[in-house]
Order: sequence, then structure tokens, then C-alpha cells
Amino acid sequence: MKQRWQDTAFDIVNTAVLTMLMIATIYPFLYVLAFSLNDAVDSMRGGLTIWPRKFTLANYGVIFRYDALVDASIMSVLRTVIGTVASVLCTAMLAYSLCKKELFGYKFFNSFFIMTMFIYGGLIPTFILFKTIHIYNSFWVYIIPGLISAFNMILLRTNFKSIPDSLIESAYMDGANDIYVFFRIVLPLSTPIIATIGLFVAVGQWNSWQDTLFFTVDGKLQTLQYVLMKILNQTEAGAMINQMKASLARRGMVKVTPEAVKMAITMIATVPILCVYPFIQKYFVKGMLLGSVKG
Amino acid sequence: MNQIPGGLAPSAPPMQQRSRAWRTIKKQRILLLFCVPFAIWAAIFCYAPIWGWIMAFQDYNAGKGVTGSPWVGLKHFRAFFQEEMLVTLLRNTIAISVMNIVVGTFGAVTLALLLNEVKGVFFKRTVQTVSYLPYFISYVVVANLFLTLLSPSDGTVNRILLKLGIIDEPIFFFAEPHLFWFLVVFINVWKSIGWDAIIYIAAMSAVDTELYDAASVDGAGRWRKMWHITLPCIRPTIVVLLILSASGILNAGFDPSYLLGNPMVYDYSEVIDTYVYRMGLGNAMYSYATAIGLFRLVVSLIILYIVNRIAKRLGEENVL
Repeated sequence: MKQRWQDTAFDIVNTAVLTMLMIATIYPFLYVLAFSLNDAVDSMRGGLTIWPRKFTLANYGVIFRYDALVDASIMSVLRTVIGTVASVLCTAMLAYSLCKKELFGYKFFNSFFIMTMFIYGGLIPTFILFKTIHIYNSFWVYIIPGLISAFNMILLRTNFKSIPDSLIESAYMDGANDIYVFFRIVLPLSTPIIATIGLFVAVGQWNSWQDTLFFTVDGKLQTLQYVLMKILNQTEAGAMINQMKASLARRGMVKVTPEAVKMAITMIATVPILCVYPFIQKYFVKGMLLGSVKG
Repeated sequence: MNQIPGGLAPSAPPMQQRSRAWRTIKKQRILLLFCVPFAIWAAIFCYAPIWGWIMAFQDYNAGKGVTGSPWVGLKHFRAFFQEEMLVTLLRNTIAISVMNIVVGTFGAVTLALLLNEVKGVFFKRTVQTVSYLPYFISYVVVANLFLTLLSPSDGTVNRILLKLGIIDEPIFFFAEPHLFWFLVVFINVWKSIGWDAIIYIAAMSAVDTELYDAASVDGAGRWRKMWHITLPCIRPTIVVLLILSASGILNAGFDPSYLLGNPMVYDYSEVIDTYVYRMGLGNAMYSYATAIGLFRLVVSLIILYIVNRIAKRLGEENVL
């Protein structure tokens, strides 16, 4: 069938609109990246676009020489790694036990965990609880409250159930117990879903900053996102930069501006996400295809 | 059901039934080890805070705890309803979340419609990949990006507006109280439009292609097919998602107001979430802040119930 001119026009306009949307999404990142890689003094002239005029890594160098920021980066990495491993392992263990209907008290346990998706205690009761059980203002406040996710448990369980029974039966025959079956058979056969859930949990951990604000007071527990949040507040940024300058002056390097350092921190807080994004994307597209096939 | 192996009579004495349960537990000890500790975890971290809601009816005192604090009935609720800020708070919260829902849904559906019309697989996938990238970036970073772009000193937006001669002086966007809601909604939509569109795209891919073929035979163009086939077919999806989001009408989100708000726009940026935080954790008014949280929870449940009833009457499938 010959294409009508309206349809051709529609295609052109559509492509243009979607291209503009892509530019609007990407541009802010590119601008901040260029800013972070540009000489700080030169940036003050203004008019920077998406390409650095005077390329330098000095802004990043400053961050790695400033102890508070190094500590915050380490804290971010720690909570992401430990939090993700702990959460995925615990959720998978729970999913394994709850994929067996013959489990003692199955109905109770099942609804007990499913219910947690629909109830929530609110900020203040949670705060009081954390104080009562003494995880307030400790590293564990980043790890333990997020240990289990009922939603991820269901995803994992659905996946575990698709593992052929015969495999597990024969392992039992050979005298294997549930620990062996779980670690040696079920987990290795579920790598894709484990990776997907792990990535999502990791992104959540890396991006989290509210728990630092609500449930900690100790400066040692500050994460990169939290530090960046504090820099948003200009007066605090000024104080921090002065502190930073004092610490840097002792080492003979002062050519930084609050703006440029802020951009560099913003990029450091973003880059890990950009690194794992292609992987999330891959699994995610798979999930979407599955979703659309059923229709 | 009650068949007990080993030739025991169905009416086995309780002792034997108990020992049977005990045998099962013993046999499943590893499975139970995989389950019971997390049940205890859930009891502490998910169920115990529910118990904390009763603080709203007490004058909570950290020394006495929830069990020992004096009861004060509805005192904190009354205090909240007499609060000067109340109208401002509710106005900001409702305005931001309603605009979020309306603009967000409109944007996501439009994006899904446009993507659905793209024929090139590569282009379609590229647009999708790019459009849901911001969803994975923390709000802190996003706030930073936009504060930079909209900065009065050298922000790109001001630069373009100045160059085009639309304005003579740079605008300090985040210091204009009346702009705050629109900026927040724009940023929220920018962040989540790609992600939100996914579900509509999935719904569209389920539309029967015969409908389009039949419409083409009748001479319908792209617009008419979109309007008369695609949109009506995904209407149930839109309605269900609107219903689900309606119950969050008093939940405008903590991040935007806390990260982008400042004293200059306080009258337009303060929402229930930030107020609860400032009162509860900032001023240590635990019971008062809990009462506000409880108020919001109850209102959300009522709205969910009402909207669900309305949807049922309109003939859409109900979600609960």
C-alpha cells in the first residue's frame, strides 16, 4: 500500500520529538561531565557546553585527596556490596524455603511475608524502633532493615519453582541436604534472576541517602549521596569547600571552586549506575519481552 | 487428609499428633532455619512499627516507652488541625501530587503512543534505553543536575533564554515561589517518564493487530487508529494505574521538597513528608509527627476505597 503523505509527516515529526526527548535526557549528564572535566577557573567564565574547553582531572584529584570524601566513597561502596550480598542471600534462602508447600506452617509464613508488602510503620515509629534495638547510628541500619524484600522473594521463588524437580530429587537420593541443594543446585541454576535482583538492590543501596539523614548522626557513616545532598545546600557547600581548601593548601593545591568539585562528586555518584545500567537493561528487556509475549 | 502413615487410626491421641508435628519440624530443620529467622526479622522490622502508631494517641516519652507513656486521646490530631501551616501543607502536597499524576500519566501515555508508532527497532530501543536511564539515578544527583542547568549565574536555560532575547535578566528559578510546583513536577516527570511508559507499551503490544488492519481497510490514518483503537484498548490499564496513584495523593514525596526547597520558596515547597520529618526528627515531637502520619494513612485508605467504588460503578475492573 502506498504511504500517505500524512503518515510520512507523522513519522518525521515523531522521530524529531523522540530525538528531542533523548537530548533532553542526556544533555544534563553531558553538561555536568564536561564541567567536571574542565579547568575550574576556566569554567567561571561561563558558556560551557558539552565539551570541556580546558581538559583537566584536577577536580577529581581534589576529591581523592580530601579524606572526608574518600571515607564517604568507601562507605557507599561498603554498604552497597554488603547490603546487596546480604539481602540477595537472605531473600533467596527465604524463597527456597517458601517454594516448598510442605514446609511446616507454610500458610502462616507465606502470608506473614506477603503482608509486609502492604503495611508500613511510618517514619517516627521506625525511628523509635531503631533506637530501641540499637541499630540507630550504626552501619547496620543500612543493611538489616532492607534484608528481605517480599517482592524479590516472589520473583526468586517463581524462578526456583521452574527448576526441574528430578534434579533436586536425585540430589536428595544421593544423600544431599537442603543446604547442599540450595547452594550447589538452586543458586547456580538461577544466576540470571539473582544477578537482576542483585543489580536492583545494589542500585537502591548506592542511591540511598534518606536513611543516612534519618537514622545516623555520626559523620563516619556519611555516604557519597549524603555528602552530595549536603553540598546542594550552598552555605554548607561554602563551609565544606573552605575546609577542603584549608586541607589542600597545606599540600599546595588550591585551584578548585565549589561548583567544579560539586560536578565531580555528582559524576562519581552517577558513574557506578551508568556502569551497571547496560546489565540491568539487558535483563530488563528480557523481562519485558516475556511480559509482552503473554498478551 | 487425616491419613496417618504407619497404620495409626485417624483419631490419634493428641500426644501422637504433637509428636508428628515434631517429626516434621525435625525433618525440615534446615528449611525452617531458612525461614524462621526471617520471620522474626519481619516481626521486628515490619510489624513492630505498626504497634508504634499508638504513639499518636500518647504523649510519647522516650524514657517510658510506648507501654508507659500517658494517653492523651486525640490531642495531637486536634493540634494538627489547628496548625497554621495546615492549609499550606495540604495545598502543596495535593497540588504537587495531583500535577504529578496528571502530567506524569499524560506524558507516559504520549511517549508510549509515540514509541508504538516507531517502525525501526533500533531507534525504538535506543529511545527506550535513554528514556529510562534517569529512573536509576538518585534524586540527589538529579536535583544537582537541574540546579546546575537552571542556575541564574551560568545555567544553560538562562543562557538560551538570554540569547533568544526572551528575558533581559537571568531568572533565579528556584527562588520563585510560584514556579516551584512546576519545576518539581517537570523534574519528576523527566525522571520517571520512560519507566512509566513501559507498562503502557506492554499494554499496547497486546492490542489485537486485526483491529488495525480492519481500520486501515476502512481508510483510517495513523491518528485515527491511535485515537480510536490504541487508546481505548489501553484505557483499563490507565484507569487501574490512576486508581492506584490516587491513594498516594497525600504523598508528594520527600526528596523533591527536601532537596530543591529553600527558605525563599518554603510556602510552596513544604509538604507533609518534610513537615513530619522536621517536626518529628528535627523538633523531637514524636507523637505529633506520628499522628500526622497516621492521619495521612487513614485518608489514603479512604481515598483508595472511594476511587475503587467509583471505578466499579463506571464499569472498569476494580483493583482490590
